[in-house]
Amino acid sequence: MAEKKWFYTDIVKEHFFNPRNILKTDKEAEEFAKHADGVGEVGSPICGDVMKLWIKIKDNKIVDCRWQTFGCASAIASASMMSEMVKENGGMNIEDALNITAQDIVKKLEGLPARKIHCSVLGHKALRAALNDYFCKTGQKDRMVKDEKHTC
Amino acid sequence: MKSIYFDNAATTPVRKEVFTAMKPYFSTYFGNPSSLHAKGLEARDAVEEARKLIAEILNCATDELIFTSGGTESVNLAIKGIAFARKKGHIITQKTEHDAVLETCKWLEKQGFELTYLNVDEFGLVKPEQVEKHIRKDTILVSIMYANNEIGTIQPIKEIAEVCRKHEVLFHTDACQAAGYLDMDVKNLGIDLMTINGSKIYGPKGVGLLFIKKGIEIEPLLHGGGQEYGLRSGTENVPAIVGFAKALELAQKEKVTEVQRLTALQDRLVSGLQRIADSKLNGHPQKRLPNNVNVSIYGVEGEAVLLMLNEKGICASTGSACSTKSLEASHVLLAMGMSHEMAHGSLRFSLGKHTKEKDISRLMKVLPGIVKKLRDMSPIKAEVRNG
Repeated sequence: MAEKKWFYTDIVKEHFFNPRNILKTDKEAEEFAKHADGVGEVGSPICGDVMKLWIKIKDNKIVDCRWQTFGCASAIASASMMSEMVKENGGMNIEDALNITAQDIVKKLEGLPARKIHCSVLGHKALRAALNDYFCKTGQKDRMVKDEKHTC
Repeated sequence: MKSIYFDNAATTPVRKEVFTAMKPYFSTYFGNPSSLHAKGLEARDAVEEARKLIAEILNCATDELIFTSGGTESVNLAIKGIAFARKKGHIITQKTEHDAVLETCKWLEKQGFELTYLNVDEFGLVKPEQVEKHIRKDTILVSIMYANNEIGTIQPIKEIAEVCRKHEVLFHTDACQAAGYLDMDVKNLGIDLMTINGSKIYGPKGVGLLFIKKGIEIEPLLHGGGQEYGLRSGTENVPAIVGFAKALELAQKEKVTEVQRLTALQDRLVSGLQRIADSKLNGHPQKRLPNNVNVSIYGVEGEAVLLMLNEKGICASTGSACSTKSLEASHVLLAMGMSHEMAHGSLRFSLGKHTKEKDISRLMKVLPGIVKKLRDMSPIKAEVRNG
């Protein structure tokens, strides 16, 4: 089949069709959740984008990061990209992970239309929510970050 | 594998006969219809022949037809043109109109006109009684579309026109989606102003018309050389006008058989889609265009489905936020009372003259797998049935 024209960047396409670190089914999600150190969910079905993310932490590093998303192509690709960024080189340390911004993810994706960024780039917010969950569970409430409420 | 085009409500390809009719008017008969020499007169003849042809189809006089650059311009000319001529007053429209109507109306509101946006029922229908109830002494115009572009619902425009006539209020209808399939006789419909364009009926883009019943005072939007009876200045787009007339002629000639053929394909697609769990057909089950199928699939985002279909060589459309300029879910589906969640999962398949039964089969072969893949990776679990 001839290659089809594509609206977003090639890297968005690659991540949309081959999402990294995704939990493909409910069963996979349930399994991973059992051993996860933190979980976060952000977004709203009203906006058309929801992201749920689970993390595993070891020695102050995010050693694993898995996710599920309801959303458009840029939501799926940005979740995938962020999970890859976090897991690179044996895992990002928590402080660096808390500083990831939507712009960092967009840059890695080589750009997204401006109107898409606000609603569909949720990875960094889901990550903060998951880290807060981890801080909360492990009695490190002082490390918790102010939750960014996602609004449309 | 050839790609399958299910987006005929967005635009249609120019059909061969139309293209052939247009060709001589680019380089051979290139004249300016306002010129008095032979080259100009050739072009003038072509424009007037096209106008005559369309006037016969719409059952109106030639000087009641103004060629424009398309649907958006015609709508703007109709609504703003009447508003400017009257200087003030009240306009009635409804919530599922095309943006061309809604944004024009919103802008007029800022200029001091009063607007009423009528609600629609769950099928997207407006009732003539609703229009009547909202007509006031200072109402200058009612604008209700003939058929909806997203969901295909056909409005009772003949009855609405009657209400308007009774109260001596002008009635405009945006008939862009209807021109290929429905009755276009303006006398029979009792319409004062009507918008049609070329790009939905296998004609060229960049051309449309506004029918304005004789005697209606309207202010032009474009000032200049006074073309189109002084209502639309600018050198006529001769090849596009010739093509538009040819396209409308052919569409109306083939209407009966094409409606029949498309209705059968539509039924087939609808029954296929109904086999997808937690999906809902949008629009009216009967009062709908034969080429429109709009479905909401719970738990998936329309744009993601659309792009996965695209990869399989299938072109569809979505009323969902994410693929278009706005991030809001479809204003049409929301106006019908649908939840945001369901509206985000909406897809439109608009069939056309080139759609074959095997295209529907191919779509139904790939769509369930795409829906499953996206539902499986979603943290939202479908519990709502036919929400």
